[in-house]
Amino acid sequence: MTVMQHTAHGSRALIDFSPQATSLEVRDFGLRYGDKTALSNLTLRVPRHRVTAFIGPSGCGKSTLLRALNRLHDLNETVTREGSIHLEGQDIHASSMVVAELRRRVGMVFQVPNPFPMSIYDNVAFGLRLQGHLPKRQVDDVVEWALQSAALWDEVKDRLRASAWSLSGGQQQRLVIARTLAVGPEVLLLDEPASALDPISSLKVEELIRNLKSTLTLVLVTHNMQQAARVSDYTAFLQDGELVEYGPTDTLFTNPRLARTENYITGRMA
Amino acid sequence: MDITSDIHSQHISRQFNHELEELKTHLMAMGGLVEKQVQDAVTALLEADSSLAERVINNDSAVNDMQIKIDDECTRVLARRQPAASDLRLVLAVTRAASDLERVGDEASKIARNAIELIESDSGSRGFVEVRVISEHVRRMMRDALTSFARLDTELALQVVEEDQKVDSEYQSAMRSLMTFMMEDARSISPVLGIMWILRALERVGDHTNNLAEYVVYLVKGLDIRHTDPDDLDEEVGDR
Repeated sequence: MTVMQHTAHGSRALIDFSPQATSLEVRDFGLRYGDKTALSNLTLRVPRHRVTAFIGPSGCGKSTLLRALNRLHDLNETVTREGSIHLEGQDIHASSMVVAELRRRVGMVFQVPNPFPMSIYDNVAFGLRLQGHLPKRQVDDVVEWALQSAALWDEVKDRLRASAWSLSGGQQQRLVIARTLAVGPEVLLLDEPASALDPISSLKVEELIRNLKSTLTLVLVTHNMQQAARVSDYTAFLQDGELVEYGPTDTLFTNPRLARTENYITGRMA
Repeated sequence: MDITSDIHSQHISRQFNHELEELKTHLMAMGGLVEKQVQDAVTALLEADSSLAERVINNDSAVNDMQIKIDDECTRVLARRQPAASDLRLVLAVTRAASDLERVGDEASKIARNAIELIESDSGSRGFVEVRVISEHVRRMMRDALTSFARLDTELALQVVEEDQKVDSEYQSAMRSLMTFMMEDARSISPVLGIMWILRALERVGDHTNNLAEYVVYLVKGLDIRHTDPDDLDEEVGDR
């Protein structure tokens, strides 16, 4: 992958991944809630099979951007948007794009684990069953594979019929990730996936994120800068709805280009 | 981005500001002590003052203690604050600088030990001119390097790097002329060797001072120039 760092400014700061290496591309994207601008004129590319973190203060628009990547704002009538978002070159707002299919390809995991009130097995099988009838044998295989991939299998293999609520918070979060993986996504969006977890459970989720990137593109929103530094390959810093700086995580955390970034990641007064 | 000298006092956490300021203050104190050690060691030789040389040797433990204290503080900041960007570079630069200053302290002791031998053997003042010239040169470099650290002044730091090349060539020519003394007069071999060790130590002080200046460039610009050809420095650093 050729990575060139552009010396661009403001919202147009971008890393130029080649189109072949790009999973998601955000072009001149803006979003408003009513007359309040949440994101303005944002352009960035998310590289395939890498972990990209969005960081920034509360209200900077990072979660809004993450949600826009699988059209979670669709049902909010106050939202207006401009610009476009492309998944593997395909406009996600195009009429040919079926939202359910988009969300299968681009899975989402939230801050608070939200397992369904059913067994561990049924949670993971849920999305598969929605896609039509599959032989039980095949469902079994996918459930095991998904739980293995989410690093949860060894902990739950003897109690797959137990309620998902019997799991700890960290296990529930990995279960939700397994549920998302079961339907075979290309991209996994993680909105503060570890902020409700204890440090050890957080580390397990971080380890999982690292392992998943061999087959998935991951986008992570986090308040925890050390976490972004630990797990991501690229980091985008957003402030006031603008993309301030986007670069390799190693560079951003040791020698950021802009004073605004430096001030934020080192905890200085703006 | 380049950082300015007040950057380490702008954190939301005042305690963090204080910890980083303390690191710099303690490094400067260590630098001051080490500079004086070098000066005293050379003075002891030039003025045949062996009790001053003894004091330099005894003071080396104070230099060592300062290094350990500064490294402890750096470790604490790393563990408790997980510093990033310029804060991280400051902690790394300080711990590296403390290690070079400690080595300068060792060179000062070495000079003092050789001075005592030379004073006791009462072997005249051959080579004193070279010692005086080179020692003044490296002490000026040390002062400039420490000032550039305190002010985050990369221009001054780069001057120090340039000066080190001059010290190296002064050292080479001093060695050549001392060599001719030894060839002319076999009885001078032992005292001239003593002077050569002292010059060698001063030249090493110059090298460590050069390292200090390089850490300043790293701290301010995030640029590691330790293995950059001196002739390419201006271009490389100027680009940032």
